[in-house]
Amino acid sequence: MSTLRGTGALVRLILRRDRVRIPAWILGVAVFLLGSVATFPVALDSAADRQARAALMNNPATVVLTGPGFGQRDYTFGAMVANEMGGMTAVLVALMSILLLVRHSRHEEESGRVELLRAGVVGRHAPLTAALVTVIGVNLVLGALLGFALPVVLPELSTAGSLLFAAGLAMVGTVFTAVAAVTAQLMEHGRAAVGAAASLLALSYALRGAGDLGDGTLSWLSPIGWSQRTRAYVDGTGWPLLLGVALTVLLLFGAFLLRSRRDEGAGLVRGRSGRATASALLSGPFTLALRLQRGVLTGWTIGFVLFGAFVGAIGEQAAVFVRENEMARRYFEQAGGADSAETMIATYLSLMGMVAGGFALQSAGLLRAEESAGRVEPLLGGTPLSRSRWALSGLAATLCGSVLVMGGAGLGAGLVYAGTSGDPSNAARILGAALAYLPAVWVLAGLSTLLFGVLPGATGLSWLVLTGIVFVGMFGPLLRVPDRISDLSPFAHVPMLPTEEFTPVPLLVLAATAVLLTAIGVARYRRRDTA
Amino acid sequence: MNSDPTAVTISGLTKNFGPTHALDGLDLSVRTGEVHGFLGPNGAGKTTTIRILLGLLRADSGEARLLDGDPWHDATELHRRIAYVPGDVTLWPNLSGGEVIDLLGRLRGGIDQHRKEDLLRRFDLDPRKKARTYSKGNRQKVGLVAALASEPELLVLDEPTSGLDPLMEETFRECVRQQQREGRTVLLSSHILSEVEALCDRVTIVRSGRTVESGTLAELRHLTRTSVTAELSAAPEGLAELSGVHDLEITGTHVRCEVDTPHLDGVLRELTAVGVRSLTSQPPTLEELFLRHYEQRSETSTPEGANR
Repeated sequence: MSTLRGTGALVRLILRRDRVRIPAWILGVAVFLLGSVATFPVALDSAADRQARAALMNNPATVVLTGPGFGQRDYTFGAMVANEMGGMTAVLVALMSILLLVRHSRHEEESGRVELLRAGVVGRHAPLTAALVTVIGVNLVLGALLGFALPVVLPELSTAGSLLFAAGLAMVGTVFTAVAAVTAQLMEHGRAAVGAAASLLALSYALRGAGDLGDGTLSWLSPIGWSQRTRAYVDGTGWPLLLGVALTVLLLFGAFLLRSRRDEGAGLVRGRSGRATASALLSGPFTLALRLQRGVLTGWTIGFVLFGAFVGAIGEQAAVFVRENEMARRYFEQAGGADSAETMIATYLSLMGMVAGGFALQSAGLLRAEESAGRVEPLLGGTPLSRSRWALSGLAATLCGSVLVMGGAGLGAGLVYAGTSGDPSNAARILGAALAYLPAVWVLAGLSTLLFGVLPGATGLSWLVLTGIVFVGMFGPLLRVPDRISDLSPFAHVPMLPTEEFTPVPLLVLAATAVLLTAIGVARYRRRDTA
Repeated sequence: MNSDPTAVTISGLTKNFGPTHALDGLDLSVRTGEVHGFLGPNGAGKTTTIRILLGLLRADSGEARLLDGDPWHDATELHRRIAYVPGDVTLWPNLSGGEVIDLLGRLRGGIDQHRKEDLLRRFDLDPRKKARTYSKGNRQKVGLVAALASEPELLVLDEPTSGLDPLMEETFRECVRQQQREGRTVLLSSHILSEVEALCDRVTIVRSGRTVESGTLAELRHLTRTSVTAELSAAPEGLAELSGVHDLEITGTHVRCEVDTPHLDGVLRELTAVGVRSLTSQPPTLEELFLRHYEQRSETSTPEGANR
């Protein structure tokens, strides 16, 4: 077919361009799933422990967050993998598929590079076909890899169950590849295409959550629900996978139909116009920095409010589980707490504090991102804005954003816990506990600023530091990491409120450290060339 | 306004990026109230010079003065008095053009709305579109409108018209002339020779980080050769010995040569002494002028080399 001419060469081009990105995605998903599965026997080595865990999984909040919980009567490792890891891994695989497909279809078209190719001997449908072939291929490779690797990592998992489970993941990935192929035809811009496909992914997760809580009908409207209804490792059945295949074929038919009816570069949904004049709010560097990360900040805040509410909801039940599980009790004792619901909440808040460090790095990283994109030049070169004012305004936005994110987590957890415990004063206590992590979060923003000022090209190294902090924070107590190493983390010095006593000194020291790092970074930034 | 006779003074400026000598003793002088053309081949150091003037880069050595201030130390105060358009305007993809123009204006302490509206109309720019949807030319227009609306003392324009259509190019020229009438100084880096010829009072040509020529266009023309073709009464003798004659071709009574403009008089005397039947002489085109400066030359074999 002449409209497909050149597809093979384009597939090779995609593989060449993404020779790092695609393996990194595959490796990332594999490490997420296999790494988590590998810790299962460490924490839950007896059948009794697993049954206790199954009881915890019956909490409505957990059902919405994970899965329908098949096989809970005999909660084997396999049932655990399918129930607790299936949904999240499916989301990860679907996100990978959406991002990769849009990257190689609409983003390419938007950048004008497709035009260059299409002017050569390349058929109309070749670019989309090449992207589809590649991304679906990535899903199949990833599925095969996971299917064969799961029994290796955890010998209790059956090969047949593992293959069915992994096939479910690959099916979800393939369906969302096709969803993205359609949104990439509809939207003029890559970001909008990703946004539309990701919204459908969120809807699909929400549908199965609601369905799993109720009678399960709604779950049958969701590809993620289908993958969970293969009942892998329990009494596996393959036919829900066919629903995914059928939907994929239907969506691809639609995508190619849309593609043949539209012009190169055009979409069916036109981009929205913006304002002709700036609102009175957009008047300086601080509001500009806030405006530039509006989406990022909204996403983080909503995520933290929801997860906070989840933590508040399961606190009590999780505490019961910890009381009855030897390994988990040891874990929490070493992490420094008793076995009450409040210890559970405090532990989760400390994890969320560390994850909020990711927000701080993303937000403080704006300075470097704007610099390397060449967008600060008109600001610093053409207006009276000084470098220190620009940098400090950006960091002020990071500071306000971090208050919003951690405050959201604290409010979410506090309000729900106040409701379940029947004590309204708990809301303020939990909120305060969440806010206590802010100085530690700011140390990370300070670190990012320091690197930005001294070694601007290495600003991204701060993410490695955060990875180390999260790793030690999560697995440190389990792996008995010595104190002198775990104490390097700023989060090790935050009192675990509300169970521990409030001590202001460490928080003041952390805040002072953040100020010092920031001051050095900004001072160096004032003196260096802008890149 | 500024009473200082020069808006920009640069002498012996150097800047290295690792082993690369981006600037190697560059000189530049822009008089207050003039439109100054800043020319040179790609990689000659024009943008580096401008970035030093804007306080984005720090010079390794040499002196740079901008509106009687230090471009590095007094950057913030100086930027109140200048406006800048880069050759490749990059914008925040999720802000509209109108928002960017207002933001840049507000950072300078306000923007004349009438002036802005007028410029938007003249450049035919839709301010409601998100920056990610703008073409290269339209992004350039956003930068131009923001700069031209801001009423600075000095406009620093680094290849500002790349991507503009000829109609918009004409609008740009009108705007620059208007700015000059209003008493502003313009430093214009450009590759478009017709634009330079139409707008600039004086030009500076740089190559490999050094200034190779500076002056009015008339002065620069004077430094180059005129091509002369003549039909004579008899075969000429002794033309080859005259100083300032190059590429001489004699076919019987037909003569073609290139003459250094200062030596034109002597050559014409020699020709009329033989007897001239017809004569055409062509002044150098601007293209020839610039190409000669742009091309890599051996310093000894050219008249310019001798003149310096």
